[in-house]
Parts: sequence; C-alpha cells; structure tokens
Amino acid sequence: MHTTNIQTDTRNFLVQNFLFGRAEQLVDDAPLLGKVIDSTGVLELIGFLQEHFEIIVPDEEVVPANLDSVNSITAYVSRKLDGKA
Amino acid sequence: MCGIAGMLHFDGRPADREVLRRMIATLGHRGPDAGGIHADGPIGLAHARLSIIDLQTGGQPMSTTDGRHWITFNGEIFNYVELREELLGKGHAFATRSDTEVILNAYREWGEDCVNHLNGQWSFAIWDSAERKLFASRDRMGIRPLFYTQTPNGFFFASEMKALLASGAVAAEFDAIGMDQVFTFWMSLPPRTVFKNILQLPPAHSLTVSGNQVRVREYWTPSFSRRADAALLDEQEAGKQLLHLLCDATRIRLRSDVPVGAYLSGGIDSTLTTALVRRIAGDRLRSFSIAFHDKDYDESKYQLEASSFLGTQHSCVTCSSADVARVFPDVIRNAEQPIVRTAPAPMFLLSKLVHESGFKVVLTGEGADEILGGYDIFKEAKIRRFWARNLNSKWRPLLLKRMYPYLKDFQRQSAESLKHFFRVTPEDLASPLFSHLPRWELTSRLKLLFSQDFAAQVGNYDALQELQETLPVDFGSWTHLSQAQYLEAKYFLPGYLLSSQGDRMAMAHSVEGRYPFLDYRVVEFAAKLPDRLKLRVLNEKYLLKQICRGMIPESILRRVKQPYRAPDSRCFFGAGAPEYVKELTSAASVGKSGIFDPQAVGALISKFTAEKANSVKDDMALVGVLSSQILAREFVNP
Repeated sequence: MHTTNIQTDTRNFLVQNFLFGRAEQLVDDAPLLGKVIDSTGVLELIGFLQEHFEIIVPDEEVVPANLDSVNSITAYVSRKLDGKA
Repeated sequence: MCGIAGMLHFDGRPADREVLRRMIATLGHRGPDAGGIHADGPIGLAHARLSIIDLQTGGQPMSTTDGRHWITFNGEIFNYVELREELLGKGHAFATRSDTEVILNAYREWGEDCVNHLNGQWSFAIWDSAERKLFASRDRMGIRPLFYTQTPNGFFFASEMKALLASGAVAAEFDAIGMDQVFTFWMSLPPRTVFKNILQLPPAHSLTVSGNQVRVREYWTPSFSRRADAALLDEQEAGKQLLHLLCDATRIRLRSDVPVGAYLSGGIDSTLTTALVRRIAGDRLRSFSIAFHDKDYDESKYQLEASSFLGTQHSCVTCSSADVARVFPDVIRNAEQPIVRTAPAPMFLLSKLVHESGFKVVLTGEGADEILGGYDIFKEAKIRRFWARNLNSKWRPLLLKRMYPYLKDFQRQSAESLKHFFRVTPEDLASPLFSHLPRWELTSRLKLLFSQDFAAQVGNYDALQELQETLPVDFGSWTHLSQAQYLEAKYFLPGYLLSSQGDRMAMAHSVEGRYPFLDYRVVEFAAKLPDRLKLRVLNEKYLLKQICRGMIPESILRRVKQPYRAPDSRCFFGAGAPEYVKELTSAASVGKSGIFDPQAVGALISKFTAEKANSVKDDMALVGVLSSQILAREFVNP
C-alpha cells in the first residue's frame, strides 16, 4: 500500500473516530496521545490498524515513537507492511 | 422541603400576584402539600410546601408575630430546637413550633450573621418591611438551590430556573460561557448558569437587595489549611471525635414530624449512616436502593447484606437501560443543565420509589468521599505525582490499573498508553488544578462538537483560568490532598452531585435528602485531619473505615470501592431505543438549537449506529448532546 493511502486512511479514521469529523483539528505532525486520543482510544486505534492494514501490533510496539502522530503512525505502518512483504 | 419564589419591584409598583402564582406553580413537585403567597406593596413571596416539621402551623410565607419580617424558606434548620431555646431566652416570641420561625427570630437577633448560627440545608428570603430590605441566603455546602435575575425594574428569585422563566422577567437563552463550563467541569461556575441573565447564589453566600442594589457576600468557606490540627494526630482520639460528631449530625437530622428513611447504596458511607440511625432511633428503619439489570453497575448484593445486617425493611428499584432512556427527558427538565453521564436518571427513579412508599425524607451518605478522602481522583493524583518522581518507572503506571478494576478497557491498556493519557508534564505538576486536569481535559474535548457560531461566542474564554483565579490566596501552600478535596467539595459537589444528581432528582418526586457527612461541624473537623487519616498510601477513607468496624458488615468494609455509575450510551441505541434520540440529533434540530455542529453530531451518531463507539468520551459526548438538545427543546425553543 502506498504511503499516501496509509496517511489518508489513518487521518480519516482519526478525524471520524476522535474528532467528530472536524478534519481541521488534526495536524499531521502534532502529538495525538493524551490530546486527540484518550486512554481507551489507544485500543481503538490499534484495533483499526490491525483490521484495516492487516498487521499485528504487539504490546511492545505500542510506544509514542510509533503512534504519537499521523506521520509516525504512517511510518510505522509502512515499515510493518514492508516487513510483511 | 419546599419550593420558593418571589419578586421585589424597584419602582414601587405592587408585586403581581398572578406572576407569583405562575412562578410557584412550576415548583409544585417541590411542595405538593400546601401553598401560599404574600404580596404587600413591591414585595411578593411565594411558597410551595412539603410538610415535614410542624405540620399544623408551619405554613408559609410566615411572618414574625409583629408582622415586620416575612420569610419564604426551603430546607431544614436541624439545630432549631436549641436555637429556639436560646432565642426564647433572649426574649423573642414564637407562635409556632417550626424551624421557619426560628430563622425569622435569628435574623431579628443577629441580622445577616444569623446564618452563622444555623446548622442545616437552606435557601430562604426574608423581607424586612420596615427597612425595605430583602435578605436571601443559601446553606454552606450548597444543598438547596437559589436562582435569581435582575431587571431594570425588579429582582426575581426562585428555587429553580423554570420559575424565573415563568415570571416573564427573563427569557431562556443559552449562555455560551456557562455551557463551556459545563463541558469542562460538568457544572457552571456560580454565579453563572447555562442561561443568560439567570444567576445562582453560590453556596455559603448571602445576598441583600436594598433599593435597586444587589450585594452578595460569602459568609463561610471550607477551612482547609497547610497543617493538620495537632490534637488530631492521634488516630484513636481523632476516630472518637469523628464518630461523636457523626452521631450528633445524624441525631439532629432525624428531627422530623414524618417518618425518615435511608438510602443504601451498598458502600461504606450510606451503610454507616443507616447504622447510626438504627443506633439512635432504635426502631425498624425503611431503606431504599437502586439495582441494575446490568451486572457491571449492580451493587444489590451488598445492599441486601447491609439491610440484613442492620435489620432494615428494604425496598429496591431495579433499573434497566430502557428505564434510563425513558425518564431521561424528565431528568433534564428537572436538572436544568446539561449532563454528560446518565447517573442522575436512576436517582430520579429511586426518589419515585421513596415517594410511592409514602416517605418524604431520606438520609444518605453523600459527602463522605469529598471530606474524608474517598474518591479515585484523589488516588489517581497521588499516583501521578509519585510517578512523576520517576517518569521512566515501568511499574508505577501500573498502579493506576489497581484503581480501576471495574473498567475493563482500562485493564487492557499497556503501561505506555497509560503513561500518555495520564501524562505528567512539569507544567501540570505546577498547576494548582493538577488533580483534576485529566478529568477536565477529557470533558473539554467534547467542545469540538460546538458549532462555529457557538464556539465564536465562547471566544478565547478559558474556564480553567477562571477557576484558578477564584482559588483562595494561600491555596498553593495546602497539601495536595486538601487542594483536590477543595476542588471537589467547593465545585463538583454543589454544582453537580447535590444538584443534578441530588436536590433536583429527589425533589422531582417531593423527597428531601439529608446528609450527616455534610453537617458543617463534620466538614470543618475533616478539614483539620492529617492526610494520612484520610488517604493512607492508597487506602481511601482510612479513619472512617476504622470507626465503622463492628458497625457495618465486614464484607462492605473490605470490598473494593466502586463508584456509583449507570449505563450511558447503550440506553439510547439498539432495540427499544427512544424515538426522541433520532429527532433531537437530526441536522434540523441540532441546527435550530445552534449549540452543536450538525455534521459533528452526525459523525458521533454514525459511530454509535455502526457500533464503533466504545470510549468514555463518546459516551459523554452523546449524553451531553442529548441533554443539551432536551434543554433547548424544553426551555429555549419550546
């Protein structure tokens, strides 16, 4: 999957799921955890990544470096998909 | 317990009896037993009575024997017996056995300082016909409500805002700042309400109207400070004093000419209150509780254990999600402000049970968590501070999991994600609002739903900043627990628990709640206790648990504390969902009320209908939207 698609799909999910459709509230390199995504939201995000991109997100990879912004999520998913391929 | 209303014309025009009748008619649920109106020149006082003390001669509005002072009063003065004796000794005359007349004579004796002599729960207004002055007051903890509005020509007051709206002196229009506060703190900051030009008298405040001048002053404040009282450092002595005070607070709260019952939640506080009632009154007591079909919320096992242990005759109402949905519009009509959780709805059903059982008065355990250190938010703040001392600790964040065993999703969190939700930044650590920041920041996210126009009305207003500016000057020197307790007791308790979940839900069915833990002597005593007797490491209400031993079942004493909660969003979707959900969240309806963005609400509803909403924030957003839309329909655009 192309990086642009990963970014677009992730953005759409975050905007619909956490921002009540308010796309202007989401900046691609701004921190998400504790700001856009609340405590149980992390589980929703992981559920989405696993289901939508068909990847496995093990506990040890649930770290800010992978999930704390649209850009970091995009990079993380790209790496996972590359690895899988 | 009653409903009160009144008006004072500044320009000398006579008070309008018809307007007074309209106002008091909206408060019939607060006082169905009798009613009265006193109009004399520019002053008009109205009263709807729930007869509890001095059933024969306690009618209102009431005057002093010489007719100079007139009062309309909602509430109870529990030390009226002692005050009456004292005032008789000072030469005051009494024509009744009521606590109402005690307030009148206390005002004659001590003037505005009379409130410092009262132990009770009140809102009242006294008219001095000689000085042409109106004096109104609200109890220390904010148990009873008092709202008012001022126009160029007059001053209007009432127990509930709907009576002010019925007067025609003010029209319902949402106050964007008040709404912003509700979507931050779950309540508006007094004197503000969610309606423009309608104010509430803050707890522990009095008000005078003289000429066309309204003056408001604080007469009491919870007295937390930096150091605990040295005399209370000894655990045994402190426990003895606490028990003695609680016994006396309960004893005077049993003063009533009608039978008194008790709420049993299955927790320590209400079980102890009930145990004290049994110990003092001795006779077989009636107790009442809420059970839930949904096991996640149900505490009936413990309620029945408490009832059996204390030998009460127990009645229980079992509440389903459908019940919550069914009564929700009535709940909001009574609460008169948006809510973000449905927890008041079962309380509404409980007061109905009490009313149908023939009871008007119940004692409850409300207040113990605030004053004696029971809430999870106190522990949570302690853990976050502990963690901040070693941010890389792997196990410190896991302490948070111990706190919320009843939250399944929470238990599935990794330490890393917990760390980010409960993040501790140096700025947060330095904030006087530290303990409450996660709760308020989470709630604030719901403001994303506001429409552009509504958000523009809020502008750059910062609710946290306003709250911070009202804190006592020495707040920064208090212990962290005292700071958190103050925020709970001063704001959340009166603004939400005692109103939306308390007075309004009980009075909807003509039921009066009485709260021994909120006797001001108990509150002042608790404020002087050392923190380790309240929250010992992570053991909440430590001292209270010590004095409970032997008085309540061991199983209740040992159980993990479970906060009172009710099912939220699941009530409003799926089979049997109420029709009003679709109607109130339609783009047309949302656009008409103007508070929320129709598309944003649409996105929220889609998430629920697709069964993809499962976060606390989504639940709160839905309940917040529905309750605001109901308010709009009921009051703003009827």
